[in-house]
This record gives sequence, structure tokens and C-alpha cells, in this order.
Amino acid sequence: MRSPAKSASLGWRNGWSRIFVLAVLQVGLIGLQDAPAESGLVLQPTVEQNYQPRQYQGQLEPDDGQWVRPAKDYASTRYSSLDQINAGNVKNLKLTFTFSTGMTRGHEAAPLVVNNTMYIVTPFPNNLYALDLTKPGAPMKWVYEPLPTPASQGVACCDVVNRGASYDDGKIYYNTLDNQTVAVDAVTGKEVWKTRVGDINKGESMTMAPLVVKGKVLVGNSGGEFGVRGWLTALDGKTGKIAWRAYTAGPDKDVLIGHRFKPFYPQDRGQDLGVKSWPPDSWKIGGGGVWGWISYDPQLNLIYYGTANPGPWDAEARPGDNKFTAGIFARDPDTGEAVWFYQFSPHDLYDYDGVNENILLDLPINGQTRKVLVHPDRNGYVYVIDRATGEVLSANAFAPITTSRGVDLKTGLLQYVEEKRPITGKVVRGLCPSAPGAKDWQPSAFSPRTGLLYIPHNHLCMDEEDLQPNYIAGTPYVGANVRMYNAPGGYGGEFTGWDPVEGKVVWTNPDRFPVWSGALATAGDVVFYGTLDGWFKAVDAKSGTLLWQFKTGSGIIGQPTTYKGPDGKQYVAILSGVGGWAGAIVAGGLDARDESAALGFAAAMKDLPHYTNKGGMLYVFALP
Amino acid sequence: MCSRSLRLIVTVALLSLLFPVLGKARDLRVCADPNNLPFSNMKQQGFENRIAALIAKDLGANLTYVWQRMGRGFVREYIDKSKCDLLIGIPSNFRPVLTTTPYYRSTYVFVSRRVRRLELAAGFDSPDLRRLKIGVQVLEEEYAPPGEALARRGLQAGIVGFDTTGDGAESIVRAVARREVDIAVVWGPLAGYFARRFPGSLTLTPVEPEVDPPGLPFTFAISMGVRKGNLALRDELEKILAKRQPEILNILDEYKVPQIPLISIARASSVN
Repeated sequence: MRSPAKSASLGWRNGWSRIFVLAVLQVGLIGLQDAPAESGLVLQPTVEQNYQPRQYQGQLEPDDGQWVRPAKDYASTRYSSLDQINAGNVKNLKLTFTFSTGMTRGHEAAPLVVNNTMYIVTPFPNNLYALDLTKPGAPMKWVYEPLPTPASQGVACCDVVNRGASYDDGKIYYNTLDNQTVAVDAVTGKEVWKTRVGDINKGESMTMAPLVVKGKVLVGNSGGEFGVRGWLTALDGKTGKIAWRAYTAGPDKDVLIGHRFKPFYPQDRGQDLGVKSWPPDSWKIGGGGVWGWISYDPQLNLIYYGTANPGPWDAEARPGDNKFTAGIFARDPDTGEAVWFYQFSPHDLYDYDGVNENILLDLPINGQTRKVLVHPDRNGYVYVIDRATGEVLSANAFAPITTSRGVDLKTGLLQYVEEKRPITGKVVRGLCPSAPGAKDWQPSAFSPRTGLLYIPHNHLCMDEEDLQPNYIAGTPYVGANVRMYNAPGGYGGEFTGWDPVEGKVVWTNPDRFPVWSGALATAGDVVFYGTLDGWFKAVDAKSGTLLWQFKTGSGIIGQPTTYKGPDGKQYVAILSGVGGWAGAIVAGGLDARDESAALGFAAAMKDLPHYTNKGGMLYVFALP
Repeated sequence: MCSRSLRLIVTVALLSLLFPVLGKARDLRVCADPNNLPFSNMKQQGFENRIAALIAKDLGANLTYVWQRMGRGFVREYIDKSKCDLLIGIPSNFRPVLTTTPYYRSTYVFVSRRVRRLELAAGFDSPDLRRLKIGVQVLEEEYAPPGEALARRGLQAGIVGFDTTGDGAESIVRAVARREVDIAVVWGPLAGYFARRFPGSLTLTPVEPEVDPPGLPFTFAISMGVRKGNLALRDELEKILAKRQPEILNILDEYKVPQIPLISIARASSVN
């Protein structure tokens, strides 16, 4: 989390918990060289030597040229069939219009486009802007201001971000930091309903983008992992009434586990595992928030979403697998019933939330077409999982890994490396991936034309060091310093073209900082993403070659989208505005000398303020 | 009704006449939790409120409060951005701020029912702790240090977490008195203050030894804290703290804060 709320203010990843992370990120200096070498045990991604584009054989949703939900389609491909902008002409891409949000925290949302109107959700105070795309310069039609309570800012873990809205049935749905789900009339900007679904006094906040499935608005909570009890909630899209709520931990009846629950692996079967895999009662405060992405398969009628890491950070205090945290649920969207579960990181030791995106694809695996989901996890593996059954078909490293030596495909179990187990008071070095994971919330895209998954990700390791005194509400304690630094190679992030069938890297573009933006793939064989220092880039979908770039006013942590404008032209939109856990050093005005800032991430990011400044701005591009 | 409003208006008018004069006096802006007894609250009933008043008087300053729960980002948003000048009680080696020399020292204590007569001389290694339900404070993402000490001894199954902030502050001590848990390990000032509400029924035993190696302290020296670089205020505060030490210790006694002598602070509170 800890992607702060797990991605909202600092350090807060939503996931981070331990207290201070002292990050020293001295790009290229401290290095990553020590850690892995010292352990002698590093899993590195395999590079595919003879990649040939593999045309995707499955079906994608029909594309109407709009962008109505953050991940574009229910399969979460973030792929648009628009091809006016292509690898040959993208170099001519020009800025068409901009719009300032007037806010200075991290802008993670995807601009939506519905009926020639663009919708943008800002970080706290979570205003919703509607822009009229039929008029020159896309003037503002209206703004909806939900006025969330300012106190919620103190609850968010990792900058007060918001990951955006979803459109359905004439309404824009999104969540406010203070735990309200709102429905706003897409035409008038009037509030249709507003439902409070969580409590900031319990440490809960909300930062994720809802998904609307069959009239139900699916939302989940964020918050420090400890003290909060994670859940996914379905609200009636028309009325805002809660239809069902599925907790991550607790007795089967709370987790909505019944006779339909058939996990693939035996360790996930049994009665009330959400209670029994914890010390008594500690599931009640054990975390497992739902702050990431939801996908939906209409044929199987299943939704898929990941759960955050367990709390407290000190894993010794919570012996057991801590179900059903750091894993993935398949559920029936009508009733919420669990159908299967798989745990990426049982008894998580490193803040490896399981909330990352799940891309639903039909892929040839060992000569057979399988309905799978592809999931790049914080723990460093891209999982390919049979989405009907929960069987893990492959799990391959996409970043350097020292904390585990692989996933046993027979048992589904992550193979932890015993020497890397953090023990309080003991220095443990060379932990890769670091707490924000090999990849945090930043969503990948898939192109059916290349068969590649485009993964924006981190390239960081960490040490757990000495203990520092701290206090909360009058009570003193000590917490471990976590220090993050670049993984071997001396850079902090990568944008990778990944072959999910072979489980190999086809190409990768290193970046000085973690690549904290989402990805967008298009039928023009151009892939878009942004960097923390503010470059918005277009690269060749087959080779990763940089084709075009534009320097925006601030670092980019948003999700690019593309749409067909009322004039028939293809446009590409991105929110710029640095922040999030990684960018908090700029957005939050943190002092880079403050080791505790942003739970240690600030240290790793201390050069960032030299490269960018804060400030939220929409940029929209098109060919002349 | 009418006359009351009138009186109010007159009072306000008088105050505003006085204000230019008062405005010349110095302000001491203290950041404090609005609802966190025994430390502070908006009615200024906490011992930190009392100590702040004492300090302000000696400084010849107007005491004003910025009420804010202290959580993540607090120092950055409030102290560093100069929205307030002073924190009354923080660990002496809390690094984000400049701290004074410590003015008291306290310890985590075992809170148990007197009638149980638990033998706790061996601290967390006491055989009596086995098989008990043990209350531990939950601090944001972590258990307080005693949780870790219990986990090291395989006693995780006994831990029951309590949120001890705001309205829930009393919960952990009350749970012992009401037999919802067998024992609790609580930061001294909280334990001392709330144990008074159950007169005669609870026993408080300081956790010993003071450090569970490696690196897990149960006693903490407490200082005041100011913005880094504000040496002038820090130096003024240190003089006042030295001069007023007897009064301050009296206030702490009044709130039943368990105290440990302030000796060899630097070493005792070092957690490296």
C-alpha cells in the first residue's frame, strides 16, 4: 500500500505501514549493486530473443471510441481500436487543449469520455469536472463538489489521490476520500445519490475507481492495513443502497463464502479460514483493503479483484496465512458470493498487496486456449491464472526478486527465502522488490495486435534497518527504518513490453524514477505512458522505441486515455500532477532530507524535486 | 435574549478595543490533540495542557492551541509549515523536530486485576503470561512495543488489540477491570490515569527489563519539541523546564503518571 491510501499521501501507500521508511534513493549510487550480490540469489526476468508479434485470437469488447471506465473495457485491457494516430505519424502529435484543476496533489485518475463530454476527478477534495468536447478549447460545463471532510486527508496513506470514475446508465460514479460513493447525473452535474460506506474514524478512506456491473456499483476501501478491515461493497446504481458487502477476512458468512466457493488449491479450502489463519480476533483489524482494480467476465459472470496486505506490519505478530489478504477473489457480482480465491503472498512479509490489475484474456497455453487473467503482482511475478478455476498456469519474474525463489505451480505456493525474512531489530538488506512492490497500482495495458502486455513498474529494493522512536497520540514506540534504493542497474523504474504467453520480457525502457502512470495501447501500434519527471511518451508497441514525447508541467501519475472527438479525430488525454506515494516528495512538499518522509520512499526519490514541480493539469493531444 | 445579545456585542467591542494591546504580546502556539486525555483535550483538561499553561506564563506569552490529531504527515504539515510552535510531549529522540532535554520519563506497565496476583517479575518471560488474553495498544499500522515482545515469545495468540485514541482511550484499561482481557500492557500515562477510575481493583507493574534486545524499549524519556532550527525557543524552554521541574512533576503526579527517574537519559532511551 501500502500504496499509499495506499496511495494517497505518503508513505503511505496504502500499504505501508511500518512507520518510517527511510529511503535513500540515490539514484545509481547506493546501490542496488550490494543487495542482490550479497544474497547471491536473485531472480531476474528472462528476455525473449525471437519475439514475433502474436495476433490475439480472443474477442475484445466492441469499441465505440469513447472511454467510459478507467480500464476501458471489462477485461481491463486499456486498449483502443482507434488507429488514426500511428507509429508513423505520432511524431506530429500536438497539444490541442489543456485544463487546470487548480490542485497540487497527485492526479491518478483516468479522464473519461462519454457523449462528447470529458469527466475528470481530482485528488482531495475530489471535485468532478465536466468539459464540453463539442466546443473549441473544451470549456467547462459544470463542476460537482462533494466537499469531503478535511479530516480524511490525515487518514489517507499515500497522498490524497483518487483513481477516477466510471460511467453507467447516465451517471458518473466515484468515491470520495471520506468514504462516500457518489452518483452524479452525467448531463446536469446534479448529485443523484451519495452513500457513506466507510468510517474515517476507523482509519478507512477510499481512493479506488468503482466498476459498474449489471447495475451494481462495486467499491472497496483503503487505509492503513492495520486497524482497518478490508471489504468490497456493491451498491445499487439507481438508489445507492448497499446490495452486499464481502469482507476480506473473518468468518465465511462475512466473506460471503458458501457452497459455490471452490478454490483450486487445498490451502484455500476449509471452514472460516478468514478467522483460523489469524491469531484470535486479529482478523478484525487485519487489513486486506480493496483499493485496486476490478475486472469482469460477462460470460462466466465473475468479477475479479485483489486484496491488500495484512496488518500489522510486524508479521511475527500475526502467525498464519492471514486469509484472505494479499490474494485475488473471483465473485458473483449479483450476490457477492465467492467462487474461488488464490493467495499471491500468504502471510505477507513485505507489504505486497495483491490489488494490482487483472487483464482478462484468452491465451494459448501449452497448445490449448485457456480463459485466463494476467496479473503483474507487487511480489515481482506476472501470474497467468485460469479465471474459471483459480489454477496458476505460470508465474514469471518481471523485476529483480530476492525475497522469494519462485512460485510452485503444483501447490500454487510462493517460495519465500528464509534469510530475507524481516525480524524486528535485525538489519535485513537487499529485499527486492521493495515495499511498493515490483509494481504498485499503476495499471498495464494489452494490445491484441502484438500480444504484449505493457507494464509500467518499479525497479527498487530496500533494506530494513535500525529502529527509530516515534509516537502516536501520546504513546511512544519504535519502528523500523526502511530504506529504498534503485535495483541493480541504477535506475528506479521501467516500462516493459511483456509476452504473457512466454512469460518473458520482449523489451524494456528503463527510467530514472519508478514509472507510476498507467499505460494505454492503441490499434495504431503506439503505446502511451508518463514519467514522474513529467514526460508524456509514445513508444512503438512492437519495439518500445520512443516515437514522441512531450514535457508536461508536472510529473505524471495519471492514466492515459484516448477517444474519438465529435470532429472524428482521435485524441489522447492525460492528467499531469505529481504525487502518490512515489511523487509525494514533490506534491507534499516533503523535505528530502527527512528520512522518514513518505515512509522511506522520499529518500529514494530525493532527486525528483529537481526534475518537476506540482500542479494538476489535463493535457489533450491530436494530430494537426 | 435581546439583552444577552447586546451584552455580547458590547463584550466583543470591548475586546476589539483591547486587542491592539494584547496583539503585542507574544503568542505561544501549541499543537495538541483535541480529544486525547490524559494528555490534552479542547477543554484543556490534560496534563499537557497544564504544563503548556505553566510554560506560556513564564514566557509571558499568550497560549493558543492548534487542535489536531497527530498522525502521518503531522510534523510536516503543522510544525514545519509553522502553523504551530510547540509539541508538549514527544519521545526525546524523535528526529523530525528539535527536542528539549527530557522533563520526565515513563514506562509501559502491566495492568492487571489486583485479585489475580499475577507474578510479573520476569517481565514478558513470566510464566504467568502464558495462556492469558493480553491487551495491547494498536498504533496505526503496528502494535505498541509490547505486542512485538509477546510475538517474540510465541504469545501472539493472546494479543487483543485496542485503539486507545480519542473516545476509546479508556478501553484497554476498562477491559482489564471488566475481565474482558486478563491483563494489558499500556503506556504509563494512559494506564495511570484510567486506572484511577477503578479504585483499588487494578495493579500497575512497570515492564522490566526496560529493553527487550534487540532494540525494543519499553521506557521512553519525554521532551518538548520545536521546529528544527528554532534554537532560541528550545533554549528558553529548557530554562523554564529546569526552573519549573517541581511543579511539572506535581502535575504528572496529579494525573498518576508512572515515572522513572531521569538518569542517563541519553543512553537509556537510545534505541540503536
